[in-house]
Amino acid sequence: MKLGTSAIIGGMLFALAIFVGLFAPWLAHTDPVMGANLVNAEEPPSWIWWFGTDAQGRDIYSRVVHGARISLTVGIVSQLVNSVIGVTLGLTAGYWGGWWDDVVNGLTNVMLAIPSLIFALAIMAVLGPGLTSLLIALGLTNWSFTCRIARASTLSLKSQGYVQAARVLGYGDLRIMITQLLPNMIGPIIVIGTLGMGGAVLAEASLSFLGLGIRPPYPSWGSMLSEARDQITTAPWLSVFPGLAIFLTVLGLNLLGDGLRDVLDPQSRSRRT
Amino acid sequence: MTAAPLIEVEGLRIDLADGARHVAAVEGVSFRIDRGETFGLVGESGCGKSITALALIGLLRRPLSIAAGAIRFEGREIQGLSAAEQRALRGNRIAMIFQEPMTALNPVSPVGRQIAEMFVLHKGKSWREANQLAVEALANVRVPAPERRVKDYPHQLSGGMRQRVMIAIALACDPDLLIADEPTTALDVTVQAEIIELMRNLCAERGTAILMISHDLGLVANVCSRVGVMYAGRIVEERGSDDIFRAGAHPYTQGLVDSLPRLGSRAALGRSRLREIAGVVPAIADFPSGCRFNPRCAQATEICRTTVPETTWLGAGGLVRCHHHA
Repeated sequence: MKLGTSAIIGGMLFALAIFVGLFAPWLAHTDPVMGANLVNAEEPPSWIWWFGTDAQGRDIYSRVVHGARISLTVGIVSQLVNSVIGVTLGLTAGYWGGWWDDVVNGLTNVMLAIPSLIFALAIMAVLGPGLTSLLIALGLTNWSFTCRIARASTLSLKSQGYVQAARVLGYGDLRIMITQLLPNMIGPIIVIGTLGMGGAVLAEASLSFLGLGIRPPYPSWGSMLSEARDQITTAPWLSVFPGLAIFLTVLGLNLLGDGLRDVLDPQSRSRRT
Repeated sequence: MTAAPLIEVEGLRIDLADGARHVAAVEGVSFRIDRGETFGLVGESGCGKSITALALIGLLRRPLSIAAGAIRFEGREIQGLSAAEQRALRGNRIAMIFQEPMTALNPVSPVGRQIAEMFVLHKGKSWREANQLAVEALANVRVPAPERRVKDYPHQLSGGMRQRVMIAIALACDPDLLIADEPTTALDVTVQAEIIELMRNLCAERGTAILMISHDLGLVANVCSRVGVMYAGRIVEERGSDDIFRAGAHPYTQGLVDSLPRLGSRAALGRSRLREIAGVVPAIADFPSGCRFNPRCAQATEICRTTVPETTWLGAGGLVRCHHHA
């Protein structure tokens, strides 16, 4: 297993984002919500205010650091939900086939036909803004690619000798899926999941930007961009730093996903047949 | 109860669904295997020996299905068992090893784990115990340094080693019947002999019956005490393996025996070509009427083309299905 440069850079960027999110209370200079002080309003970046301050005098650096928690939680949790749904549906559909396969395929096609952000918007409109509804909305709308990959892998793996052998040795369906099929398709699933995480971070930013995600005063990168919209000419640092945070995190995840694909792709590994 | 065979197949017919049409891929197949006995099924590719084996373990899948006949394991009909009961038989009481040791092992799981899984699955052992038993199982199939080998992945092992692992998995739960489907076809000749010897010894120690399926008459006769010769979905002759070689009764069996190279034949007969059976096995959809071997048989007459030959009992429990048997 040799990791490429892009996987290493991507991994480092993602690890940095995780680190910042985990240790946000220690890294932040002030409280991201309560640390408002109008005396310091709209200070440009300086040695005291690294990323500047906003109209309420809150430290942008502290808010970006705390925003990592929300953005990454949304990215990781919603993509995990997507992966679990996608793998469960795709694996069972491919394995059992028949009417269940038709149902899952139909559902996948419907999901692919609806723009996922619009679908998430609709769910958010019903559930109302907030972290939980954001996780539900993004977790239910992006599983179709994972599902397709899982189903296709299952169809090709099903005819492999070891899957047949497992059946002959008395393995039940569930045991075959968990021990024989899942471990052999996990590579592409991880790649899709990593790329999907980047997508979820972006989707969270978009939804928050539209006012349907995380509501002010709580800092998420998307909601910060949304608040900064009016001052983009007078105080550009309000949008630049959260935007940069989104950019670096998503870039990191995409690089990591691409790099992992190169490592995990069965066709690039000579020992697989 | 003493006479009850381990497994008994009676009048088995396996249909191949081709759209609305059903054609019999296997027809009228009957045989029995007693405890600890070794029985071989021989025949060319496509004669139905592998699907017969799949039927024995209840794993025929569409488009194949059992259309008639019965398979009884210890007197109980396999088709009458629930899916869970069938699963409890597979791997535990009836085990199987395959032709391709290269693909029959899960590439992402250490071999020890794959052996241990059998103890967890069928014997309700904890993983700790099962891993210990897996080391013993590997030692039993004469894999050197088993405590290190259990951590290896299949791609780190040679073909012969992998087949040993397959045997360890198959025999893990001390099954009553081992089905070996072309177990050595993919291996080198020298490794073949070792694997066959190992399989035979281990089964003899445990009293495990063997159903060996192969196209190699010599190999089967070497391992098995009785041999059934299959042609185009039917058993055409069933004899003790010595009798088959000495005096095959069916023209097809004679053809098979004649097509084997013999030590010293060149000295006795001079330089000559090996005899062959002209033609190929017909496709399932166009099996000929009457005796299915008639288009390739030198002794075929009119009756062979119209009438399916009855079973003729020979001495010592042998049987043949031929109008003109020797």
